[in-house]
Amino acid sequence: MSLIEINGVDFLYENDDSDRPALQNIDLQIEAGDFAVIIGSNGSGKSTLAKLLNVLLTPSKGEIFVAGLNTNNRDNTWKVRQKVGMVFQNPDNQLVASMVEDDVAFGPENLGVPTEEIRQRVDKSLEMVGMAGFQKFAPHKLSGGQKQRVAIAGVIAMEPDCIVLDEPTAMLDPQGRKEVMETVQYLNKEKGITVVHITHFMEEAINADKVIVMNQGQILHKGSPKSIFRLVEQLKDVNLDIPVAVEVAEYLRQEKINIPDILSIDELVDALC
Amino acid sequence: MLIELNNVSHIYQDENNVKALKDINLEISKGEFIGIVGHTGSGKSTLVQLFNGLIIPSSGTVKVNGKNITNEKSNLKETRRHVALVFQYPEHQLFEETVFQDIAFGPKNLGLKKGEIEKRVKEVMDLVGLGYEEFKDRSPFNLSGGQQRKVAIAGVLALKPDVLVLDEPSAGLDPQGRKQLAELLKYLYQELEMTVILISHRMEEIAELASRVIVMHQGEIVIDDTPVKVFSQEQELHKLSLDLPQITEILHRLEEKGLKVNTNLFSISEASAEIIKALRSK
Repeated sequence: MSLIEINGVDFLYENDDSDRPALQNIDLQIEAGDFAVIIGSNGSGKSTLAKLLNVLLTPSKGEIFVAGLNTNNRDNTWKVRQKVGMVFQNPDNQLVASMVEDDVAFGPENLGVPTEEIRQRVDKSLEMVGMAGFQKFAPHKLSGGQKQRVAIAGVIAMEPDCIVLDEPTAMLDPQGRKEVMETVQYLNKEKGITVVHITHFMEEAINADKVIVMNQGQILHKGSPKSIFRLVEQLKDVNLDIPVAVEVAEYLRQEKINIPDILSIDELVDALC
Repeated sequence: MLIELNNVSHIYQDENNVKALKDINLEISKGEFIGIVGHTGSGKSTLVQLFNGLIIPSSGTVKVNGKNITNEKSNLKETRRHVALVFQYPEHQLFEETVFQDIAFGPKNLGLKKGEIEKRVKEVMDLVGLGYEEFKDRSPFNLSGGQQRKVAIAGVLALKPDVLVLDEPSAGLDPQGRKQLAELLKYLYQELEMTVILISHRMEEIAELASRVIVMHQGEIVIDDTPVKVFSQEQELHKLSLDLPQITEILHRLEEKGLKVNTNLFSISEASAEIIKALRSK
């Protein structure tokens, strides 16, 4: 069984006057160790899907299993949340303590982890996100990228199998975006943590194992980055960007210039020169 | 001169006493579209808050339409009607019960008559692409993030400013939202001849829209030139940890590898045509 199994899920918000559910007929598997990226324009249902993964919401129809636990069963709620940690868009809304180490300790404290182990987990988590030495800092003195990495450390300190990041880079400058993406990739590749990353930035999907394209509450496409970004016209139709290098390659192909499947600027330059 | 800064420095009076701006001299003329870029903490947001007196500098003078707004007698209310600021995440400032009331808040405070207020609200909703009948009675809090941002910008436009300053207005918007915003800014600049000052981290946006680019670093203006000239200084920008527009980056990289291309292009279609031409004449 996959780490996350989504079977025939619909979700309808209460008091929603729109004529379609926020999510419709979602089937999706995320394997342990996957780096899955979900892309889609505003209102496509990405964030709703994220909230279903750690039981902030439960399906109106269908079932979700996390490590075999059905999220519809209330007895599983806390077990699932321990396995799937969430990081949100706005770092300022997630940091609660006046010192970085207290913030990171908040999760494990609530799990009843013994004090000595909490200390070890806090130090280890901060090291893993590249924030070792910032234990005594006040969160409001940090840059956006640093705050977001502290938020990630707070999630890792609970030792989840999977982190779900809902547009964690949307409010950051280019430097902060780079820091967060490097951190997330490190956690996935080196520490084996499963990542579900939601974003508007197509460049952040290039290194994914699996890309899921959402539109109007449904999964439009899923597959490897290369297979997804071959769908230039379809992606544009649902108001998504494609990576610049892919778009240039597409122009060249239209002029009968032979270019292999490329995703990044590096690959494009290598293919041409 | 529309906006004129002479020897302006600013120090934030808190425990760190950071010198946010150092000896800035700057002139902005009517009808310019200025892009301001710089690393976080370079002083961009502090700089633009001087333009309508939200921040009074520690030293130096700021003149708007020839009037010194840094002395105590200056009429800041008047200045702020001419120079309007759209902050980062302006939708966080929405507060009224309906979209109409939110947008009408500014014009009401200007003491305009009911008919005129309604006319302005209609006008600006049309400008930002929110249908009047469809949206006027809806709660701004039940709209999507992109729609909320439009309401917030409409509220500022309803003041009919001459100068519109926007601090990262496209942050967090999806591609369609960004495209609509760029169209709006282009229209305000080209058709309504508004002076626009845009802070952005997206170099693509700056290269596409601005007629002049100001690069800030550690509280100083380090480059002030046309987009073509600014983005040809690749090394210099990288030193300031700033990027080129991605498409321009591709052209530079190809040129380094010996492909003879013009690197001063910012649109993907033009750049692709240039690459095709270079490949064929190789």
